[in-house]
Amino acid sequence: MYQYTDFDRAFLAERNAQFRTQVERRIDGSLTEDEFKPLRLMNGLYLQLHAYMLRVAIPYGTLNSAQMRQLAMIAERWDKGYGHFTTRQNIQYNWPKLRYVPDMLDALAEVGMHAIQTSGNTIRNVTADHFAGAAADEIADPRPVAELLRQWSTDHPEFQFMPRKFKIAITGAPNDRAVTAAHDIGIRIVERNGQIGYQVLVGGGLGRTPMIGKVLADFVSGEDLLPYLEATVAVWNVIGRRDNKYKARIKILVHEFGLENLRAEVDKEFALRKAQFTGVDQDLLAQIEANFAAPAFKTEDQDRYNNAYTHDALFRSWADTNLTTHRNPEYAIVTISLKAHGKTPGDASARQMQLMAQLAESYGHDELRISHEQNVILPHVNKNDVPSIYYALKAEGLGTANIGLISDIIACPGMDYCALATARSIPIAQEIATRFDELKLEHDIGPLKIKISGCINACGHHHVGHIGIIGLDRAGVENYQITLGGTGTEDAAVGQRAGRGFSAEEIIPAIERLVLAYLDLRDSREETFLDAFRRLGMAPFKAALYPEKRALAAE
Amino acid sequence: MPKAFTPRVVTANDLLEGDVIYQTADDRWSRRLEEAEIIEDEAHAQLRLLDAERQKNIIVGVYLADVAKGENGPEPIHFREAFRRTGPSNYFHGKQAGF
Ligand code: HEM
Ligand code: SF4
Repeated sequence: MYQYTDFDRAFLAERNAQFRTQVERRIDGSLTEDEFKPLRLMNGLYLQLHAYMLRVAIPYGTLNSAQMRQLAMIAERWDKGYGHFTTRQNIQYNWPKLRYVPDMLDALAEVGMHAIQTSGNTIRNVTADHFAGAAADEIADPRPVAELLRQWSTDHPEFQFMPRKFKIAITGAPNDRAVTAAHDIGIRIVERNGQIGYQVLVGGGLGRTPMIGKVLADFVSGEDLLPYLEATVAVWNVIGRRDNKYKARIKILVHEFGLENLRAEVDKEFALRKAQFTGVDQDLLAQIEANFAAPAFKTEDQDRYNNAYTHDALFRSWADTNLTTHRNPEYAIVTISLKAHGKTPGDASARQMQLMAQLAESYGHDELRISHEQNVILPHVNKNDVPSIYYALKAEGLGTANIGLISDIIACPGMDYCALATARSIPIAQEIATRFDELKLEHDIGPLKIKISGCINACGHHHVGHIGIIGLDRAGVENYQITLGGTGTEDAAVGQRAGRGFSAEEIIPAIERLVLAYLDLRDSREETFLDAFRRLGMAPFKAALYPEKRALAAE
Repeated sequence: MPKAFTPRVVTANDLLEGDVIYQTADDRWSRRLEEAEIIEDEAHAQLRLLDAERQKNIIVGVYLADVAKGENGPEPIHFREAFRRTGPSNYFHGKQAGF
């Protein structure tokens, strides 16, 4: 893992000291809210419906046990004993008090964490494949580049007041688990003729104008990557629209100005910038890479794993859904579900965080990951240790066997917390999970991604859900619209709207009709919901959602 | 006929705690919607909003929220205001857990 240098520590200490005085000056009245707001946002502090909210970055989703313990300590000492892990590989604390936020930031700095650029029109937390460095299908670990980008973008003077926020995601594997196509810039590590390089996507994004990223450059070499990205952000920073915040993201520039034109501008800018890069970035990258060396994998008999797998049906079911193939055949990637049926997606209590930290320390080479799907991952576990992990998790309510299934739902905070929300999203996720748990159908249904947002901003990624749900306000009543056929993987697509929305009471039965219809329609157990939708199109699913129309048509 | 005026309350968040607060008729800030002053005409509403805005060192994000007149004082009309009065629905946190 990346270790902070003296430079990083000094920078953070100075920044936190600055913010401490800014908070003091707000409290004593020398700063107005108009003056203070941009300052607090630069440090990840929002004001939500019921309280402040502090958003802490977990760079590329990677953390160690000491950091996870500190997140737990902060939750216990200054919040209500839990934290909310988000699709942006951040953790949000929902109840901090203004006076104590500087203490929280100091506590984070002790373990090399911060909340800088988790808000504002800056380059945000760079996200990455949560299986980075562990997945069997990986070409190269994306995290050294992600860390390079973090250092480059943090406090970058040119990129502090951009037209709008800017989000970068990177994957090192052809199976895209980082939703790169829904980011302002998506980076995919590729291999061409034995050479490793980077495919750069631009202009993806969700929100009110969902767009899938387009290939800006098919292959950029390692030495060219940073100047190329800098050129791209710089061009948008100058010509991106600042007159209308809904038109400010780079996706709108791609749309209005055209991909070809943008590419030409970027190429021109790249030529200028490249000349100024003396190669220090490559030296830095080499140092960073050393921090991400693979752990010393151990060899063990697999008897405990095999025993548990043969004799414990619950363990087997969990192992079948929550383990992923590791690049070392004796190892597994363990995904810990933060989606217990009926609980809030992405929330973990301080105790649960402490347990996960301890398991990472005892069995996981001290590494944890946060996924954009709001789960926690132990990326490197010898299979023989997996049963011990499972039994410990189960005892703390973390043993749910549902990764990739219908109850593994992404949900944004929605109207329960978010000041921008038009409807709630958490209770919808809770009810769907509870309902399908009662039906005992979820393993039969198989892979199915439901994603829920509480407003048009799409923080819950609903556009790329196989089933997407967005909560709206229709004349003062919560109303839920469904989109179908979206996906966030390498073949990313934006879901299509199914039709009129449903009330909070109608939405769960509607989802149930939809999923039962899929079970009837699929040609075999192997055909997933998404495949069936792609084969059959909207019509049969629409008929299931709106049976009254069918009844009317039959009259 | 002119449109009937919807009664309102002045509401904001507390600067230090972040809690939802309401302006009372005797110029306090209360955590309880029941104690809020119900404002029944536009001119008075604008005056009370101005009064509130002057207190920017103890409150944040002040605005006028529509309410209905209930038996125990003002009642929220929009569900957003109902959540602000109560707290989130996924945990027993916020105002529902006590003031
Ligand atoms: C609760 C406070 C939050 C606020 C005020 C907020 C606000 C916003 C806004 C305004 C946008 C749209 C930006 C634009 O289109 O230019 C956005 C996008 C986004 N937010 Fe949030 N958000 C919040 C929480 C979250 C959480 C909890 C998550 C993760 C679960 C999240 C993940 C995202 C993502 C992934 C996008 C990108 C959608 C896109 O491509 O535009 N946000 N957020
Ligand atoms: S999608 Fe809307 S409701 Fe949900 S967190 Fe984002 S801004 Fe808030």
